[in-house]
Formats: sequence, structure tokens, C-alpha cells
Amino acid sequence: MDFKKKTIILAGISVLLAALYIFYDLRGNIGYILPRRAIKVLAIVMTGGAIAFSTTIFMTITNNRILTPSVLGLDSLYMLIQTVIIFIFGANSLVMMSSNLNYLVSISIMVLFSLVLYHFLFKGEKNNIYFLLLIGMILGTFFGSFTDFMQVLIDPNEFMVAQDRMFASINNVNTDLVYISLILIGACVIYFMRFYKYLDVMALGKDNAVNLGVPYDAIVKRLLVIVAILISVATALIGPITFLGLLVVNVAYEMMKTYRHLYIILGSVFISIIALLGGQFIVERLFAFETTISVIINFVGGVYFIYLLLKENKSW
Amino acid sequence: MVDIKNLFKTYNQKKVIDDVSLSIEKGTITSFIGPNGAGKSTLISMVSRLIAKDNGDITIDGQDIMKTKNNELAKKISILKQSNSINLKLSVRELVAFGRFPYSQGKLEKEDWVKVDEAIDYMELRDIQDKYLDELSGGQRQRAHIAMVLAQDTEYILLDEPLNNLDMRHSVQIMKTLRKLVDELGKTILIVIHDINFASCYSDQIVALKDGKIVKQGRTCDVIDQCVLKDIYDMDIEIQNIDNKRICVYF
Repeated sequence: MDFKKKTIILAGISVLLAALYIFYDLRGNIGYILPRRAIKVLAIVMTGGAIAFSTTIFMTITNNRILTPSVLGLDSLYMLIQTVIIFIFGANSLVMMSSNLNYLVSISIMVLFSLVLYHFLFKGEKNNIYFLLLIGMILGTFFGSFTDFMQVLIDPNEFMVAQDRMFASINNVNTDLVYISLILIGACVIYFMRFYKYLDVMALGKDNAVNLGVPYDAIVKRLLVIVAILISVATALIGPITFLGLLVVNVAYEMMKTYRHLYIILGSVFISIIALLGGQFIVERLFAFETTISVIINFVGGVYFIYLLLKENKSW
Repeated sequence: MVDIKNLFKTYNQKKVIDDVSLSIEKGTITSFIGPNGAGKSTLISMVSRLIAKDNGDITIDGQDIMKTKNNELAKKISILKQSNSINLKLSVRELVAFGRFPYSQGKLEKEDWVKVDEAIDYMELRDIQDKYLDELSGGQRQRAHIAMVLAQDTEYILLDEPLNNLDMRHSVQIMKTLRKLVDELGKTILIVIHDINFASCYSDQIVALKDGKIVKQGRTCDVIDQCVLKDIYDMDIEIQNIDNKRICVYF
């Protein structure tokens, strides 16, 4: 079976799952339930897509299959932003209660942070991507520790609100957010189209890419901006869930067995959507909302990560 | 013509390339020899803009390489580096096809495939063209990479230790291929090479580097000389004439 067929099958499964999610056990006020479920599905599709898409780009840029954009520290920054807001304004403040405002504040800060980080790191001649990752990792740890510190200080009731934000959740997605996110993701995809042709070549490594006439540094910078925006949107929409990217992109590579990014991207996007929709379905129907999707994703992802490490270890 | 003027490169206060000036004629093979750490790879990496220079000018056919568009330059000059670790599921033919990227931007036309086929035949890869790179031996992989550079079809070809991992038969085959490219198609080739006998037998010009400086530069017969080689390598190397070829005995 070639990768084109596999892509079509994955797309088919995604559509089936979406239909199942929307129409399963449809009782009561259909006019109310149906649009709400449809919006949830849209949010899941966007988040899953954004994470899979950005992780694929990121892995190609770094030439590494076990790095995800979470090493840039954006997840931790998101938690820090939430905690700082609660710490300063309290859980009942306008910024915390109005998801629109919260969303815009979070995205702006996260994108701004990435731009500042990139700007300083790419200013000199030393535009080493691994240096960027190292700084991102250190800052991520710093944000994480600082978040912990503040969470210890706040009122236990307010901590509950903060904790709620720590896990990705699709249970209460705001309709307005979905539309803003759709516009942002759409803009990223359109902007990305210009660089798409370079991606296959960049996977050959920097030396080969430069040799073949790819303006490497300029493109890496722009792709990293796209990654930052996509990750910020996905995180602000349903919470920190970048671990999902590691899982789905690797599964896509294993499944597709090709180097062509078109199929890797499409494959990982569909696998991501399947994982999220399936996971959410299980959360709602099997666990009756007793757990969140990120717990399931992290569990499956963790197991797969260990498998990857063991497998890589063997091939040495 | 490749023109290098007063080139400098420093890594952490260590001068890797120290005031190198050089010009290379069209239609020749130029070998860069010298001990490890002499700056050979750095020099040709700068010529192919893989590494940024600190100071100096590099022009190719009168065009400053820093002011030329990436894509235009990729049609003029190509480079193959020593280490090539690609961990993609990529077949030999697909790798060679990447050589056409500067022309096709990923959408290969008929004439691109003709070039790809030519390159594959040149490097005798026809039998293994559908194998994946991770199934190949080191030598086969090296030949596949050289084929990619050939498919790129540039006037200038830079090779950083192309004979690494190759047995004698394939080393000779590659050097003969390079010679043919120069003699028949008028290409200009710059290679970094460690085996001075290969340099002696196949190149028109040799540039000897040591500690970032040019020790000696000239026609092959002038550089392959006992005194000059002692200067470069700090060891006594006897030179024998066999069939009009100068062979160094350094064992």
C-alpha cells in the first residue's frame, strides 16, 4: 500500500470519527447539542492539525525526530502566564474569566517571546539552532519552576483554577476562540506555502540544502515563527499538549515510509486528529469526564517515547 | 575562474584561514593537500558559502558569492562535504534527483530526469538505484552523493575528501570520472584530498595548506617535490617516477 492510499484512509477514519463524535447518542435538544459538538470537533481538528503540522516542520529544521516544539519553552510560558494572572489579579478577575481576553493576552505574549528569543539568537553570525533549543529548554525550566513557586503561594481555591489550566481540555472551548484560531492557523498555512518546496531539501541537512540553493537561515527563521504561532494557538485553545506532536509525527514517518513532506504533514495531521477525537470520545463516554485528554495522550505518548528510545538504542 | 583575495577566518581567536589569496583557472582539477587542521575544508566551505568568511573577497567568474542569489549560485557551484548522515527513507534515485532542485524547485521535468539518469550511469549506480540509502555500504552511499552533485550539473564542483570510505577500484573510478568531467565537459573541480598520490596522478594544480596559510601552490610537478613535501608534512617523503607519474613513498 503506498503513501497516497494510506493518506486517503487516514482522512477517511478522521471523517468517520468526527461523524461518530457529533452524532453518537444524539438526544434531547438537537438544535443546541449539534452546533456545540461541531464546534468542539472543529477545535480538535485545528489543534491536532496545528500541533502535528508545527512538529513536522520543527523536526525537519532540527533534523531530529525526538525533539518537539515544547523544548522552545512555550508550554511552560503559557502556564506561567496563567499563574501570574491568577497571582496578580485573582481567579475571578476579568482576564481570567473572559476567555477571549485571556486567549489574546496569552498568544501575544507567547509569540512575542518567541520573536524576541529568535531575534537575539539570530542576530550575530552564530545562528546555531541547537543553541536556540538549549536556551529554550533552560527558559522553559525556569518558567516551570517560577510557576510552581507562585502556585505554592496562592490561595488553594485559586490554585484549583490554575491546575485546571495545566491540562489540555476540550470540554469547554469557547466558540469565539475557534474562529480567531481558524484565521490565525489559516494565515500560517498560507504563509507556509511559499516555503513548502524547500522542506524536502532541508531534511537533507544544512550543508546539502545550502548547496542546492536554499536560503537556509532566512527560511529557518520564518518557519520557526510559523511554529511559534501554531503552538501558541493550539496551547491557548485547549492547553499544553505538544507531547502529542512527538507521537503523531513519528507514527506518520513509520507509517508513510517516505521523505515527502506533503504526505508526512497530511499523515501526521490526520493521525493527530484521530488521536484527539478518539481520545476525547473515550474521555467523554468511557470515563464520563473523569479525566482529561492530555492525561491519555501523555500516557500513550510516554509509552511510545520509551519504545522509540529503545529502538534507536538498538540501531546503534 | 575562482578568485580568492586576502581571506581570513577565525574560530575562538584561532586563525583557521590566515590571509589566503588564490586564483583557480577554469577547466582544471585543483587538489588541496596538507595535514589535518590546516584549514582545507574550511577554505572550500567558504568558497561554497557553507561557512561565512570573516574578511576577504571570493568571486566566481567575477561575481561576488555573497551578492549572488542562492539559487543562481547553486547552478554554478556545488559542494559535497565529508560527513553525510541523512536519516531519511530515501532511495539512491531520489537522492540524485535532489541534485536538480536548483533548476526544478522540486518539480522535475523530462530533461531533469535525463540528467539524473546520466549521473546514475556515470557513477555506475544503475543496479542499486532503487535501494534505500540506509541499506548501502559506505562506498555506495558516497558514490550516490557524488552522483547527486553531478546531477546538479554545475560548472564548478567542490569535493571535500570524496575518496573517504572508498576502496581502490572506486577511488580510481571516481578520480577518472572527475578527470573526464574536466577534459570532456570543461568543468572546474576543487578537491580536498589526503592521499597525495591521487593528488599527484590526477590534478593539474596543487595547493598545499598548513596552519591556515598557503605553503606552496603550483603545478603538480612543482609541488610533489621532496623539499616541498617536507615543509608541509614534516616528514621525509621519497619520490619515485613510475610511468611518468610522480609517486610518493612515505611508508
